[in-house]
Amino acid sequence: MTDTILEVKGLKKYFSTPRGLLYAVDDVSFSIERGKTLGLVGESGCGKSTTGRAILRLLEPTGGEVYFEGRNVAKLSRKQFHKLRRDMQIIFQDPFSSLDPRMSVGKIIAEPIIINKLIKDKSALEKRVAELMEIVGLAPRLINSYPHELDGGRRQRIGVARALSLNPKFIICDEPVSALDVSIQAQILNLLKQLQKDMGLTYIFITHDLSVVNHFSDEIAVMYLGKIIEHAPTVALFDNPIHPYTKALLSAIPVPDLDHQRQRIIIKGEITSPINLPDECRFAPRCRHTRPECRQGQPPLVEVQERHFVACPFGMGLD
Amino acid sequence: MMQKGNKAKSKFKETWRRLKKSRTAMIGLCLLIFIILSALTAPLFFDYNTDALEQNILARFQTPNSAFPFGTDEFGRNVLARVVYGARISLVIGLVSCLICCSIGVLLGATAGYFGGFYENVVMRFADILMAIPSILLAIVIVSAFGVNLFNIIIAVGVATIPQYIRITRASVLTVVNQEYIEAARAVGASTPRIIFMHILPNCFAPIMVQATLRVATVIAEAASLSFLGLGVPAPTPEWGAMLAAGRAYMRDYAYLVMFPGLAIMLTILSLNLLGDGLRDALDPKLKK
Amino acid sequence: MDITGLVCDRQQENVMICAEEGREGAAANHLILEIKDLFVDYETDDGVVHAVNGMNMKLGRKQTLGLVGETGAGKTTTALSILRLVPNPPGVIKSGAILLDGQDVFALSEHDMRKLRGSFVSMIFQDPMTSLNPVITVGEQIAEVIREHQKLSKKEADEAALEMLEIVGIARDRFDDYPHQFSGGMKQRVIIAIALACSPKLLIADEPTTALDVTIQAQILEVMKGLKEKYDTSMIMITHDLGIVAEICDLVSVVYAGSVVEHGTLEEVFKHPCHPYTEGLFLSLPNINSRSEMLQPIPGLMPDPTEKYETCPFAPRCHYATEHCRKQLPAKHWFSSTHYAVCAGYDAPEFRLNRRSGQ
Repeated sequence: MTDTILEVKGLKKYFSTPRGLLYAVDDVSFSIERGKTLGLVGESGCGKSTTGRAILRLLEPTGGEVYFEGRNVAKLSRKQFHKLRRDMQIIFQDPFSSLDPRMSVGKIIAEPIIINKLIKDKSALEKRVAELMEIVGLAPRLINSYPHELDGGRRQRIGVARALSLNPKFIICDEPVSALDVSIQAQILNLLKQLQKDMGLTYIFITHDLSVVNHFSDEIAVMYLGKIIEHAPTVALFDNPIHPYTKALLSAIPVPDLDHQRQRIIIKGEITSPINLPDECRFAPRCRHTRPECRQGQPPLVEVQERHFVACPFGMGLD
Repeated sequence: MMQKGNKAKSKFKETWRRLKKSRTAMIGLCLLIFIILSALTAPLFFDYNTDALEQNILARFQTPNSAFPFGTDEFGRNVLARVVYGARISLVIGLVSCLICCSIGVLLGATAGYFGGFYENVVMRFADILMAIPSILLAIVIVSAFGVNLFNIIIAVGVATIPQYIRITRASVLTVVNQEYIEAARAVGASTPRIIFMHILPNCFAPIMVQATLRVATVIAEAASLSFLGLGVPAPTPEWGAMLAAGRAYMRDYAYLVMFPGLAIMLTILSLNLLGDGLRDALDPKLKK
Repeated sequence: MDITGLVCDRQQENVMICAEEGREGAAANHLILEIKDLFVDYETDDGVVHAVNGMNMKLGRKQTLGLVGETGAGKTTTALSILRLVPNPPGVIKSGAILLDGQDVFALSEHDMRKLRGSFVSMIFQDPMTSLNPVITVGEQIAEVIREHQKLSKKEADEAALEMLEIVGIARDRFDDYPHQFSGGMKQRVIIAIALACSPKLLIADEPTTALDVTIQAQILEVMKGLKEKYDTSMIMITHDLGIVAEICDLVSVVYAGSVVEHGTLEEVFKHPCHPYTEGLFLSLPNINSRSEMLQPIPGLMPDPTEKYETCPFAPRCHYATEHCRKQLPAKHWFSSTHYAVCAGYDAPEFRLNRRSGQ
């Protein structure tokens, strides 16, 4: 019996711009089991960050439904959602701009607790902050430091502590290590993994870096121009990518391994503008294998192997 | 750059350290402190009624000497005493006006920047209209309409500075509001007032502070102009502008009558401007991390 | 201006150096670039930052060197020093020499230096978004560089610029477009075109693809590889991405705390890393081919650059560090004529690294 903690159905987020309608997130659906990690992968402009924010209602979705533990998040009143918000938190990408430069470390971590009135007693609050700092590996003496005095890795740990302060069940990690140095990335990733084990957290891990998500996710959904074009368990995706875009993406990653240089698939051209998209396969303009059928409507996400979904009817037959 | 975490310098100390480096800012600050101190300690040296107000025809038009370092005016009053007491008036007008108008302007600017839309449009057009009217004219109109008393003067000279606060606050808010830490605050459920007052405004502090310092100078000058035109603080209250006006008639023979109040105005405004410029450099975001 | 006048002397000296320390590529390969014991400081209000601490480098013709290291290791400062573009103040070249084709860079006048920039040595900076002048067309920006260094008429320079656009894969009819009309990847191609317009002998690329999407990065790397072949240019590729190094570089220098800790050919460094930091880097990288659960990060942080170090700067974080390492600066140990590591561990002849390097 699967314990689905989050279910997203047909999520849409469109922005109206002077030049037309921008399809940032266009009919995205997936579900996640408690305690697992879904990697949401794609390049800039694919809509992964917008999806994360729409789930948390930091951006109001244009359409679709989000069910958290069975409750329709979009339909809740502000007050009801306020309570739910504690269960769903977010860790931001940029450790430089995601922390208020005028607040000390201790204040930043304490703030969510204060706002949500979880702990009223001052000394209990201090204890909780110290506890959180220890969990994420921040030295206690840093409690009165300011973000600008600390390096990227430590700042990101503050972000993690802040996300944990409300005892969430579900955390969206929006490119949490992209802005960090390589050796620090590993530290933060290990921390997040450990926390997941200890606290039974569920993650959506948003990133453009497929090599990172390999270590970190149980399932991966690849996005392109607002749609999920492939969704599979991690091992299946890496061993057997089906969609031409996924194949190209995987081949594009430079591998620090002299014995395993992949055959590069170079995608021609640039990413299409997400404004006023025609009703065809989103990848058709750049795909090597485009056929006339690809331009007649958007291909649906179909399960072609066990738990392996692809939005390309011809993907299976390609080399 | 990686730093040891225990060097917890607050922003205030950091700014103060940078301010100290600017020679002109320090001169401005010292001058300002001197002027404020003179104003505060005035009663210790001069009695308000006997020295500043009481007329003594026998002692009129004395050029600066040991008994009267700034001389006496047409009514025999001690000019130094009047200048020093005049400082109190000017500083009070400057400070109170700045506080009131800054608060109004900042509140309007912050909400305009945060909420945007139609409301922002209304506020900004209101600011534009206010800016289009010459400030002295605006002050004259207000004082003429509502009467000449200290409070009305404070408002009259301050109203023209409100648009500056609105604009500068809105501009700052616009840069801050898209930062991720604002989104982070929303993600943990912070209410809108909390976001504006505890997250956005403290980060807009720098330009507002600079603006406020410079506006105090403007307001003091404006008040002096009003008094010069006869619409300011009523006689016989010592006010620098009024002293300038009165002394104008005797300028040829007794130049010191306009020189001292004039110098006082000039030095006060100069000190505020120097300090304001120094603050602007010290708070420069490019120097911050 | 002929700056190759000293080549013969250099070659002589080079042969002597080769005999002493080993060969760098082909024996007759004279050095396009040589950096000797470079020390660069930034003198700021917060203290002196020792950005580069004894950097050494040798680069021959047609060789591509990968300069690998993390933020703050001193790679960008080294690159700027080669072009004498280190901002002064606060940057100060404390000591050391940089020889471009045998010519001492620090002995040149600013006028002569300017002649070298763009024509002998070019640099590509990290952020394509801000590297181009937004109010000048891209074609004009390329032509400008050409006219600066070559005596061509406007028409000839424009034609040369059009050719460059074609070479980097941009349609000729985009000559009159402005930078904002291009995407990030296209802008970077323009920047490469500008950098290569005068066929420089040395190209320094400072993290040229970090700001780009991975599929665009793949395109740019292909362009660069192609140009390398065509132009006979030596290249320094500054990056923290070992994957890119594997793709495009012949030599690798691993930089830590302002100096090179390991140097060798691509094969040597990737297959047989000898410095604990290099090993740590490989172990901490997420590798698309490996399936291990947890990554092995290098514990701790880079040392504070405001402190000058008297002993091995990596010792505090080193898995293998001993008391011996904390007593003096580590010495250079050679493992082949081209491969060395600066590690005190090898003072003991039996010392070997023992963790798998992710290969």
